[in-house]
Amino acid sequence: MEAVDPFVFQLTIFVLATFVGYYVVWSVTPALHTPLMAVTNAVSSVIIVGALIAVGPAELSTAKMLGFVAMTLAAVNIFGGFTVTQRMLRMFWRKK
Amino acid sequence: MAISGNLTAIAYLIASVLFILALRGLSSPDTARSGNFYAIIGMTIAILTTAINPEVVSYGWILTAFVIGGLIGTTVALKIEMAAMPQLVAAFHSLVGMAAVLVAGAALDNPGAYGVTDASGSILFSSRIEMALGSAIGAITFSGSIVAFTKLQGLVSGNPVVFPGQHWLNLLFGVIILVLLAYFAVEQSPELFWAMTALSFLIGVLIIIPIGGADMPVVISMLNSYSGWAAAGIGFTLQNSALIVTGALVGSSGAILSYIMCRAMNRSFFSVILGGFGGDAAVAVVAEGDRSVNAGSAEDAAFIMKNAGSVIIVPGYGMAIAQAQHALREMADKLKEEGVRVRYAIHPVAGRMPGHMNVLLAEANVPYDEVEELDVINSDFASTDVAFVIGANDVTNPAARDDPSSPIYGMPILDVDKAQTVLFVKRSLSPGYAGIDNDLFYRDNTMMLFADAKKLTEDLVRAL
Repeated sequence: MEAVDPFVFQLTIFVLATFVGYYVVWSVTPALHTPLMAVTNAVSSVIIVGALIAVGPAELSTAKMLGFVAMTLAAVNIFGGFTVTQRMLRMFWRKK
Repeated sequence: MAISGNLTAIAYLIASVLFILALRGLSSPDTARSGNFYAIIGMTIAILTTAINPEVVSYGWILTAFVIGGLIGTTVALKIEMAAMPQLVAAFHSLVGMAAVLVAGAALDNPGAYGVTDASGSILFSSRIEMALGSAIGAITFSGSIVAFTKLQGLVSGNPVVFPGQHWLNLLFGVIILVLLAYFAVEQSPELFWAMTALSFLIGVLIIIPIGGADMPVVISMLNSYSGWAAAGIGFTLQNSALIVTGALVGSSGAILSYIMCRAMNRSFFSVILGGFGGDAAVAVVAEGDRSVNAGSAEDAAFIMKNAGSVIIVPGYGMAIAQAQHALREMADKLKEEGVRVRYAIHPVAGRMPGHMNVLLAEANVPYDEVEELDVINSDFASTDVAFVIGANDVTNPAARDDPSSPIYGMPILDVDKAQTVLFVKRSLSPGYAGIDNDLFYRDNTMMLFADAKKLTEDLVRAL
């Protein structure tokens, strides 16, 4: 049997993760849909790892500049997204 | 320090699991805070794992970007008003979209760093498609979110912008983007890549302008989804499992929210996307002639509610604009002192984004177990003395339930008309976003309270 292309493995991960997301998100209580958006927005900024690779090399290049801007934007999102999520979640309390 | 590819992959796996746990935590407010904490750990692991990659040496640049971005993000997040959350989320989505475009551009400029080249140094065919897709979706997310932001912030009118041939133009641009994408996959020329990306920025604007202000809950959810798919596209390019998993999670999350919002309006996703519906100002006011309404004062309303056994408060976007949630909670406290049972009923599309009302009520210190969703509380209106509608309109319109000729027929509504008395706080008799009259205003058991939501609630608190 010939070797499987890495793309197929990635596609497998992608499809399975979509299903996991589907079932997990349906179990999110509607009261927390705004924090859900804020936190998904923060975690999608994990795209910052791509920016890190671009900005990482020592020599100056277009890629490095693009990576630097991408990294700044993603950092705004990561810090902003997690902070605002935390702020919202702290406000939810239950009357005992 | 260099660690092996396998260890890196396992670190990304751990980060992905933590992200899933973070979303899982949101199933209840009690577990949500620890969920957010898991997400932060996951992000930290993903960033550190990449940062210790031997290729990554420019730590000065990295720290600078991190500190600038971190300071801006934290400051904005700490200062933002809860009522402005939809704008903030739209702005954040735009940043993810732009980051996706830039990372795709960086991968195109320096493919060697990302390990996506073949022996001859040209970019792998599959990677070309992935980076182009990631960039296109990212560009649409960016410009679409910017338009959504300007509408939500009130910088431009929330009214739909429509012109003849709009959908054909969009279709034409869509086809050109696909052609450029295919051509880029064959030719690998940066000009083709950037032309395709520029056109994607343009189409992002074009697909959001026809969508009106009241459809923003769908738009924001949809852009949330796009930002996820853009991240996943970049994840494929970088062959990074954490990014693929996260992108898939976010993509499906936004898609589910879009679906929930559309269902709550009884509209198909396509009819929302095609737009032309849901401006802030009504286009066609249905002239109903002179029908009389019972108008009351804050004192009248206070008297009725004080003598009620149970009150259900129905907040809507008007409450958010007037910032009346704090006064509303004071009112509820006073009523509870009088022995009245007070609860809140939330329609899924109340406000400008999913869950908007819940966050505003939580901000005003309302305990979340007093706040109920439509399907839980709807059957209780019939046995409730007073329904207090503040800043909501169409989501209470009985025509959606009873009148098959109504444009909103079939949309699930809160059955406030079944309560013994309906108190309706509203500035005037103007119709809601759908541009249709609400029969509820003219019923005998309805008392209209014509005033600004915040001012009226404050008067009510004094009168109690």
